[in-house]
Amino acid sequence: MSTLKWKLFGIAITFPVTVAAAGPNLGQPLSHAELAAWDINVLPDGTGLPKGGGSAAQGAPIYAQKCAACHGEQGKGGISSALVGAPPMKGMDSPKTIANFWPYSTTLFDFIRRAMPFTQPRSLNDDEVYALTAYILSMNKLIGEQDVMNAQSLPKVKMPNRDGFIPRFPDRM
Amino acid sequence: MADIAPIAGNGLLDRRAFLRASGLIVTGYVVNPAAAEPLADAPWSKEPGTLVPAYGTPSNYEKAVVRTLSNPNGEPRNSHARTPHQQLQGMVTPNGLHFTISHGGNAEIDPAQHRLAIHGLVKRPLVFTVDALSRYPLVSRFTFVECGGNSAPLFSPEPIQASVQALHGLASCAEWTGVPLSVLLDEAGVDPKAKWIVAEGADAPHLSRSFPLGKALDDAMVALYQNGERLMPGQGYPMRLLLPGWEGNMNVKWLRRLQVTDQPGMTYYESRTYAQVLPGGKAYQFYFVQEVKSFITHPSPGMGLKGAGLYEISGLAYSGNGRIARVMVSADGGQTWAQAALQEPVLPKAFTRFRIPWQWNGGSAVLQSRAWDEGGNAQPTRAQIVAVRGQTSKPPPVLAFPSQHYNGPTNWAIDTSGSVRHVYA
Repeated sequence: MSTLKWKLFGIAITFPVTVAAAGPNLGQPLSHAELAAWDINVLPDGTGLPKGGGSAAQGAPIYAQKCAACHGEQGKGGISSALVGAPPMKGMDSPKTIANFWPYSTTLFDFIRRAMPFTQPRSLNDDEVYALTAYILSMNKLIGEQDVMNAQSLPKVKMPNRDGFIPRFPDRM
Repeated sequence: MADIAPIAGNGLLDRRAFLRASGLIVTGYVVNPAAAEPLADAPWSKEPGTLVPAYGTPSNYEKAVVRTLSNPNGEPRNSHARTPHQQLQGMVTPNGLHFTISHGGNAEIDPAQHRLAIHGLVKRPLVFTVDALSRYPLVSRFTFVECGGNSAPLFSPEPIQASVQALHGLASCAEWTGVPLSVLLDEAGVDPKAKWIVAEGADAPHLSRSFPLGKALDDAMVALYQNGERLMPGQGYPMRLLLPGWEGNMNVKWLRRLQVTDQPGMTYYESRTYAQVLPGGKAYQFYFVQEVKSFITHPSPGMGLKGAGLYEISGLAYSGNGRIARVMVSADGGQTWAQAALQEPVLPKAFTRFRIPWQWNGGSAVLQSRAWDEGGNAQPTRAQIVAVRGQTSKPPPVLAFPSQHYNGPTNWAIDTSGSVRHVYA
């Protein structure tokens, strides 16, 4: 019994020296294929954007069917926020809209794909998400009606308020 | 009692007065019973009581102590449940009363099927089960979580008449137990190019937020337990990201994925919702820290004083930058101040309960607290906040979020009837 105790004590002392990681290494290897269905982040430089594409013309009927009930016809707003319009951003009384506030176009694709429609998230395929993104950007006159949004073109859409932000704690970034 | 002289205007007493003077008569914030009657055995003393339940719940006489709901009928939008600070004491928020904000309802997750993936700029992408994480050496810490929009009604140009629950109820404090994120990142092997992590929940909106790698390696935790039991569903059961002292929304609930990146995701909530617009139209971004703040919970609106006498003023102070160092209280609208006692424990990035005795003479008074943290940061005045960040042009609805991160003081005016109103002193 005393030997066992001493053995355990010995292991406890040498553990931090002999094992590199502080944890018990219970994570399982994760392949790209296994991750694929969850790998939905789109970064502002376009990293993570999938294949496929869509235009405003393709997005309009999808919008009417799946988005207008909450966001109003042609993005004018309803029980959920308006998606079109850019009133001048003067202060906290000014409503934040996509065209007067959002710094990156990629956020549109990322958010629609992960969170919309509110009652059926992750039900849209990537082409539909591109088409809706194009429709909203087009209604805001940020792209042309015929422009196709895809992994190459979407990150190049510069949003009007890109430079409207001040990091609050730059030293911690 | 006569030998205890006030140390600040309008009857504030030394914070140690309660300790050294036994026999002080304290007048509570509830209706005083009528003159004493002869004591008798009550009905519950004359027969055995109720069955002992498997999981205890508060007394039936405490049913009014509940969170207030912003979306009780589940309309397709976010839902807020606010903590009733005016009915609680100490520094720990009971699990059922911890504030909750859900942007697409509370996910009901089967822990056996839940997974946490860590990938991106790592040498070994990994996936963890709840059971696996529960086998790690765990750490516990008390920390507050506060919504970036807490106290937003104080951006109104006129004081909004509402309870401390309505004004400040989107902050709570618990003991969280989980696995340090640094341990998991060490196993995955972080690439030298890594600078950020994008966290994602398994809830319907797949809520995602970015946070710097430095915070991940400092004190971030994958939390599994809340005040000793598994997380409540509204706190992200079976696991949440905990970023002590940082904006509540960043503490991603129902955590399922951490992507290590070289850039922030610029997700919806960091691009739009929690970017605070300043006068002129520019906006703060990546606010991160919930800065030093305090408010008085006892007394507060809806909690009248019943006659002149001795009361205890108490409240909560906290800072995302560390421990609370000092809380000062005024009973005359900020003209004179007395130092409040800090109730132990005083922990970094946690609620600290402060207390001070007060001899109310029955006249008008304006109560206010201000806090300082161990980094020397002072809770700003409302005027200082408005000068930099502005205020709304007209009073917003009490549930609206015209701006974020209000950490100025709150003033409670007492009138001669003992009722409490919100004022700007």
